[in-house]
Amino acid sequence: MVIPSVPPECYLVLSGMLFTIGVIGALTRRNAIVVFMCIEMMLNAVNISFITFSRFLQSLDGVLFAFFVMAVAAAEAAVGLAIFVMIYRSRDTINLDEINLLKW
Amino acid sequence: MFDYVWLIPLFPAIGFMINGLFGKHLGKKVVSWVGPSVIGLSFLTSILIFFELIGRPPTQRLFEKVIFDWVVSGSFQTVIGYQIDPLSILMALVVSGVSFFIHIYSVGYMHDDPGFTRYFTYLNLFVFMMLNLILANNFLLMFVGWEGVGLCSYLLIGFWYEKDSASNAGKKAFVVNRVGDFGFILGMFLLFTSLGKNGIWTLDFTEVFANASKLDTGTVTAITILLFIGACGKSAQIPIYVWLPDAMEGPTPVSSLIHAATMVTAGVYMVARCNVLYSMAPIAMAIVAIVGVATAIFTASIGFCQNDIKKVLAYSTISQLGYMFLGVGVGAYSAGIFHLMTHAFFKGLLFLGAGSVMHALSGELDMRKMGALRTKIPITFWTFFFATLAIAGIPGLSGFFSKDEILWQAFSSSHGHFLLWLVAAIAAGMTAFYMFRALFMTFFGQSRVDEHVAHHIHESPKIMTVPLMVLAVLSVIGGYIGVPHVLGGANHIHQFLAPVLGGGAEPGKAHAGISILSQAWASGGEGGGHGAALELLMMVVSVVIALIGIGIAYLFYVKNPAIPKLVAEKWKGLYKLVFNKYYVDELYEILFIKSLKNLGTGLWKGFDDFIIDGTINGIAYLIGVVSGGMRKIQTGLVQNYAFSMIVGGIVIAAYYIVRAIFY
Amino acid sequence: MAENIVTIFQWLIFLGAAFVSIIASFMVITRKNPIHSALFLVLTFLCVAVLYLLLYSQFIAIIQVVVYAGAIVMLIVFVIMLLDLEQELRSGLKLFYSKVIGGLLMVLFLFGIIYSVVAKSPTGKVGSYTPDKASANVKAVGEMLFTQYLFPFEIVSVLLVAAIIGAVILSKKRT
Repeated sequence: MVIPSVPPECYLVLSGMLFTIGVIGALTRRNAIVVFMCIEMMLNAVNISFITFSRFLQSLDGVLFAFFVMAVAAAEAAVGLAIFVMIYRSRDTINLDEINLLKW
Repeated sequence: MFDYVWLIPLFPAIGFMINGLFGKHLGKKVVSWVGPSVIGLSFLTSILIFFELIGRPPTQRLFEKVIFDWVVSGSFQTVIGYQIDPLSILMALVVSGVSFFIHIYSVGYMHDDPGFTRYFTYLNLFVFMMLNLILANNFLLMFVGWEGVGLCSYLLIGFWYEKDSASNAGKKAFVVNRVGDFGFILGMFLLFTSLGKNGIWTLDFTEVFANASKLDTGTVTAITILLFIGACGKSAQIPIYVWLPDAMEGPTPVSSLIHAATMVTAGVYMVARCNVLYSMAPIAMAIVAIVGVATAIFTASIGFCQNDIKKVLAYSTISQLGYMFLGVGVGAYSAGIFHLMTHAFFKGLLFLGAGSVMHALSGELDMRKMGALRTKIPITFWTFFFATLAIAGIPGLSGFFSKDEILWQAFSSSHGHFLLWLVAAIAAGMTAFYMFRALFMTFFGQSRVDEHVAHHIHESPKIMTVPLMVLAVLSVIGGYIGVPHVLGGANHIHQFLAPVLGGGAEPGKAHAGISILSQAWASGGEGGGHGAALELLMMVVSVVIALIGIGIAYLFYVKNPAIPKLVAEKWKGLYKLVFNKYYVDELYEILFIKSLKNLGTGLWKGFDDFIIDGTINGIAYLIGVVSGGMRKIQTGLVQNYAFSMIVGGIVIAAYYIVRAIFY
Repeated sequence: MAENIVTIFQWLIFLGAAFVSIIASFMVITRKNPIHSALFLVLTFLCVAVLYLLLYSQFIAIIQVVVYAGAIVMLIVFVIMLLDLEQELRSGLKLFYSKVIGGLLMVLFLFGIIYSVVAKSPTGKVGSYTPDKASANVKAVGEMLFTQYLFPFEIVSVLLVAAIIGAVILSKKRT
């Protein structure tokens, strides 16, 4: 019994839109934590894409990949936020415009 | 004994090592024993080998001893080997013998010099190189010796290197020699390749001369002319003789050994050794003869006006070398070698005598400040006198026999010509004149010596006068091995050298001068006369010319010393020209030195500084500018970097999308 | 009839979740206050979880809620409160252009994606997990995880340990 469902193109378009919004946010905002949140959003968009393909190609590889992506995102969140805390401690700012020691 | 021929050059090499490495520690006394005694050992070995050589019949007098392989390349093989034949052993005897006596003399002469050890080191090295040159059995080893003696000449001319004039003279000698060596090398290369075209790859003397007939005349002419250019450089012929007068800056025994008796004869030896090649190229022989006789008369004329006693002897050396080349140029190879031998005796003696005079006068060189030394330094005077008689060609002494042989051959040999004889005879007269001028100015007449020098005039010590006496004896009796047939002798030296030098120009045969260039001379050669009578007539003519020269010199410098001044006043221009050596040095300066210097400076400033340095610096500057601009990309802001990454990611994704859609 | 209702129902849920997620994400990037951004982020994650449910991946949906909306956003909120951040000021002109250009590029890229998705339907190798088999979601995932993807699983666990230790070390106060 085939359950009719929303065609995969829609999910993929949605994923693309979320990804784009995430990229724009990562480039535009100056607060480092907001940039981090946008990055998480990008990862989510990609996850949607994986799950969609997994569903419509009837394999579980995509699901597992999304699972691993989430695991890695969690680890990255932990370490990244720790780094943010350290930067704030030493520079008293978390503004990306002002953290440019590698400047020429 | 033949197997030990390598000892002849080895002894001086050992002397060089000992003096060079340990001389300073061993002290003057040991060095003064080591220096001459190694040459003495070398001389002894040569004598032993000579006697063994005579013991063999004339057709078996060739022996080659190979020491080790030097170059082995494909079918070309060169060895370090020594050749014993009449020519090389005669040269070895002359070189080691005269060197031995000059070494002994030097012990006395250089006694107070601080560079005593260095002097003997260089001198031993020189004898080693010279013996290598003479005894070599192939062109390459001869060239090694050739270069080596050039090096030692440079070291010894510039011995007192703190003096600017001495070091400049050393450099001049080396550079001018180099010009000649260039010709020598080219000649060697041409010989090697042209023999190679026939499939024979060798530079050994015996093999080269055995196969020389396979080459065509044009090639052989080119080879011989190139080799002769090398001889001009080493033996100071026109136009590259200019280094020899300046070489008088070195110590007097050096001038005696190197620039009179041995090194400058290397060119003559080389031509004699290659007589097979020269006999195949009559044009080259004509060139050799003409250059030789032109040099002889040209430099004899310069000797008229020189006031430095060593310079007079230097020009006399060049002139006598011209005679030797005249001899080998007309095909009388053994006559040229004979004159080489006698010249070594009397010119070596003349230089040593001049050194003795200088020693007596505390270093005075100018003949205008000498005079009436006859009674004060008798031994020096008498030896000098005999040597001057020899060089003037007075009968009974060695110079007479050798010079006359050359003059006769210049007239009568198939390559000779009447004009060659005439010019040579005139030059002989001039030689007599200026040599006796030197003798009279130095030893006769009023004493023009400076006050403070006159007190110290003393005869030289025994260690200096004994070699003088030995060489004087040799100058007198040395000619008797070459007494020509016409005077009743057997011309031993000619017979001795015949296996190597060929019969040469047959003595006594007179052709109409058929040398190729004589066809351009309208008068041609004198018709053939009877051999013996003509030869005696020639001899008488040359003796008369010599006596005229002596007479004029006596008139000018003893009888009436005011005459030279009057003559100089009357022909002021000519006197000035001759006194300044015909301005040859100045001419070379303008022609070659200035232009080369300007070329060098131009290339340095224009090309090296501007173009090459400019290019390198320009590239560096360019890189600096570019990277200065490119570094602005690094802003340090994370979002800019993220932007670049995203752009890259978009490009990659776009590529895949486009590919997926359209293909 | 039932299928119609199911389809309509699915479309409704999908459209609702999609719209809300888009609007929420848009809010994330435009709010000045970071706490507001964080809260909208939670909303986005929850919508995405709904979408996962629509895709019959219950396992991932739960994981999404637990890990993302639960742990990560909570971490973010804590850090924001810890750092006591202020409102973001307007940025200087110098860096403005790169952001505009970046935004435009991304929009263009989006159009490209939409076009590619619509023009050619996505295909790939069809796997073996039919919807029936895959409906027992956790069991199926576990099967794959511990047989085929065992090695990445172990690596990820090591990675998590490293992350924990790293976070602890990084946050220590310097004494």
